[in-house]
Amino acid sequence: MSADTASGPGTTGTETGQRTADELVAEPAELDVYDPRLTRFDLVREGARRKGIEIVHYEPRFPPGSRADRRMERVVASLFLLAGAAGMGFVVAYIWWPWEYADGATATSKFYTPVLGVTLAISMLAIGAGITTWAKKLLPHEVSVEHRHDQPSSDTDRKIMGATLGNMLDETGVTRRPLLRRALLLGLAPIGLVAAAPLVGGLLKDPHTNRTGEPGFNASPQDYTGWNPALNDEQPVRLTFENGSPIRPADVSVGGQVTVFPGIDHGASNEYADSPTLLIHLREEFAAELRQNLYPMNQDSMAGNFVAYSKICTHAGCPPSLFEQQTNRLLCPCHQSQFLITDNARPIFGPATRSLAMLPIAVDNEGYFVATSDYQVPVGPSFWER
Amino acid sequence: MTITVRPSALKRRRQQLRDMPAATGRGLDDRLQLASPGLRTLLNKVFPDHWSFLLGEIALWSFVMLLLTGTFLALFFDPSMEEVTYNGSYTALSGVEMSRAYESTLTLSFDVRGGLLIRQMHHWSALLFLAAIVVHFLRIFFTGAYRKPREINYLIGVAMFWLAFLLGFTGYTLPDDALSGSGLRIAHAIILSIPVLGTWTASALFDGDFPGTAIMPRVFILHVFLLPLALLGLITAHLLIMFKQMHTQWPGAGRSNRNVVGERFFPRYISKQTSFLLIVFGVIAALGGLFQINPVWLFGPYKAAVVSVATQPDWYVLFLEGSTRLFPSWEIRFPLFGEHFTIPTLFWPGVVLPGILTTLVVAYPFYEARKLKDKQIHNLLQRPRDVPVRTGLGAMGVTFWLVLTLSGANDVIASTFDISLNATTWAGRIGAVVLPPLAYWVTHRVCLGLQQHDRQVLSHGVETGILRRRPDGGFMEVHQPLGPTDPHGHGELEYTGAPVPKKMNRLGALAPATRGFLAPVERPSTPPTEPPTPNGYEGTEVAGTDQSR
Repeated sequence: MSADTASGPGTTGTETGQRTADELVAEPAELDVYDPRLTRFDLVREGARRKGIEIVHYEPRFPPGSRADRRMERVVASLFLLAGAAGMGFVVAYIWWPWEYADGATATSKFYTPVLGVTLAISMLAIGAGITTWAKKLLPHEVSVEHRHDQPSSDTDRKIMGATLGNMLDETGVTRRPLLRRALLLGLAPIGLVAAAPLVGGLLKDPHTNRTGEPGFNASPQDYTGWNPALNDEQPVRLTFENGSPIRPADVSVGGQVTVFPGIDHGASNEYADSPTLLIHLREEFAAELRQNLYPMNQDSMAGNFVAYSKICTHAGCPPSLFEQQTNRLLCPCHQSQFLITDNARPIFGPATRSLAMLPIAVDNEGYFVATSDYQVPVGPSFWER
Repeated sequence: MTITVRPSALKRRRQQLRDMPAATGRGLDDRLQLASPGLRTLLNKVFPDHWSFLLGEIALWSFVMLLLTGTFLALFFDPSMEEVTYNGSYTALSGVEMSRAYESTLTLSFDVRGGLLIRQMHHWSALLFLAAIVVHFLRIFFTGAYRKPREINYLIGVAMFWLAFLLGFTGYTLPDDALSGSGLRIAHAIILSIPVLGTWTASALFDGDFPGTAIMPRVFILHVFLLPLALLGLITAHLLIMFKQMHTQWPGAGRSNRNVVGERFFPRYISKQTSFLLIVFGVIAALGGLFQINPVWLFGPYKAAVVSVATQPDWYVLFLEGSTRLFPSWEIRFPLFGEHFTIPTLFWPGVVLPGILTTLVVAYPFYEARKLKDKQIHNLLQRPRDVPVRTGLGAMGVTFWLVLTLSGANDVIASTFDISLNATTWAGRIGAVVLPPLAYWVTHRVCLGLQQHDRQVLSHGVETGILRRRPDGGFMEVHQPLGPTDPHGHGELEYTGAPVPKKMNRLGALAPATRGFLAPVERPSTPPTEPPTPNGYEGTEVAGTDQSR
């Protein structure tokens, strides 16, 4: 196999012997191609040699017609036939194998994709193996040497090329006519801008406007979540389940938590992707601990033993939704930031830097949770102008 | 009379048929000059043969498969973010609100015959594509194949990696399932973290706040048009330059910096290429049919409040996921012109780190050439052991990348092996700093050791495993020199950076087992030795031993 001849001194058994291939290539002596004694391969070898390619070793892998040769022929033929059979199998399975999705572990359609994949794979691998065997066992084994033409061009060529290019530049006269050169640059610059303008202008959108199109209070894209009373006729927005039903304190057991959404149109949809909030019913002792730790800003944000934190991580925006009851930590599964819910959801491990924002909540006259205002700080990942 | 005319007409017809190839050839040459030496050179172009030269081809054929399967998928996929209610045959999601993009992904998985196979083949091709690119890059790096004159192709290769990376990311974003939405959310946060430009860029790309409805059609046009077009252009340039410069080769007998030793393009090399394409296709088909990949129907549609445990991106993004997990919570906040500005944590591992890594990779060939004052043309590859510093630096890079990649799955590691999650994070943080220099040191030593052993074998010969007892009672092992020896019995072969045989049967001392399953398919090779000596030992000349003991 030719890969073996690649392994260096000692293992190479080619005709090259100790002569370097360059010496071989250098042999000139052109043959007369009209010489009737030349075989066709002599012509091939001569043609290659005239372009700096020397076929230095060329012999059949097995003697033609020998047992090994015929055996290899049979192997290749059977591989091709196998490929044909598998390809046919693919088509048959594609048409007649039940394919429509059905529940249940016994559904034959479960095997539709595997059967297609296996038949397709067998047919392609068999043709591939067949051609490989053909090339390695039935084609003559050869070692050829080609001279590389990767030296730099000759000095003469470089000189002529340099003159040609220089002349080209001179002909245009840009070097002699500075006025034209500057005018051309000034003329072209706006054309470049013309190309960029529609793209930039079409895509640009001021991030510093809120949902109603007014400038945001903190120049941030996240300043206006679904909890803003402005979206609810200036009424406090209710906390709702995903299906839109409002939540009473009794709906969350002690130590439990629930994901809540603003009770407005499409409040639970991705239109308000910055609004999902985690409502937690703390145990008495932890609620007391949190009350002691509250930031001044958050003093009026709790409702009894209930606290609501933004569910959008301040690191990369994933929902930190894994609640460890034992340690009172919220874990974000994306990058493992951990937030301590008994201390304003302050980050205590991982890459997050800022606390999760606390949503100010209260219970309204009808006994449902409402957000008394929007979040008091931007929720979600940090950004430059924050 | 007609009876005598007919056979001659038939004969003429046969003669015409026999002449047809030659006549066609003449006709074509009259018009296109095909017999000119140019085409002949192309047909006879010599390619060196080594398994490591096929790694880039796996990438090429995977890309072809990506184009084929991707075209099929594009016939059924709709990147719209319009809210619809699912009503297809996957009953578990019946009545669920979702985007049109996710719905059409479900449809092409369940309601298009064979669609799931094509989708899975597409995803597996993408994974294979990136894997082949990375392994191909490692081959290029560790063998010095990037040296002059091949720096241009090296740079094109780095650009292609990032294009492929973006193609992969946009590709797994498109289904708009819970996993892809989380990825997009993180990408949004990374864009947002860029100082000064972040918010404006994110707002421009997403047409306002995350996620909006514009992003998916934009990602789609990137994924099916702009990025593949750019990649196709670079692949073409990559191959043409490779063709022009001719492939590198390993050093060995008959090989020099000025030649290529191998097989001609036609027919052997082209046959092997064709078969390799089919084998890559076959493997992808088997993967797509047998191994489930990205079962989006289990994840559900993307909702901002939903994420699952073990949220992992595709493998080639894991190193960035890992760097993001490991990077400490260092957020910089500072006053400027009476306002406050922030450089978020995410900026460092998400933007700066990939930038630094790419810069190092791009700069290395030029740094090495300058450091070694090397302006030569190099067509012979170097074995990693022969350039210990480069190999060490490479090992350092690979180790750093591995630590980050493993850290990208540290939650899975923690839960699988029951380790504290925080401990795996700290292990990654420490590992990313400590392990790379260690890897450099170990690799450097190993390279030197391997070189030493090669030199030793060249000088003292191959160990034969034959022990002789000396007249003074001591024992010695007989060594077989690889070539001519000097009067002291030391080999005179020079160290050339080519592989050195280390075992006697690599020298043909032992006849290889005859091949063939039921019957021998080849004549057993005769050992190149004299008839065995009476004591049953070796028959070759063994230096420094007494045959007539």
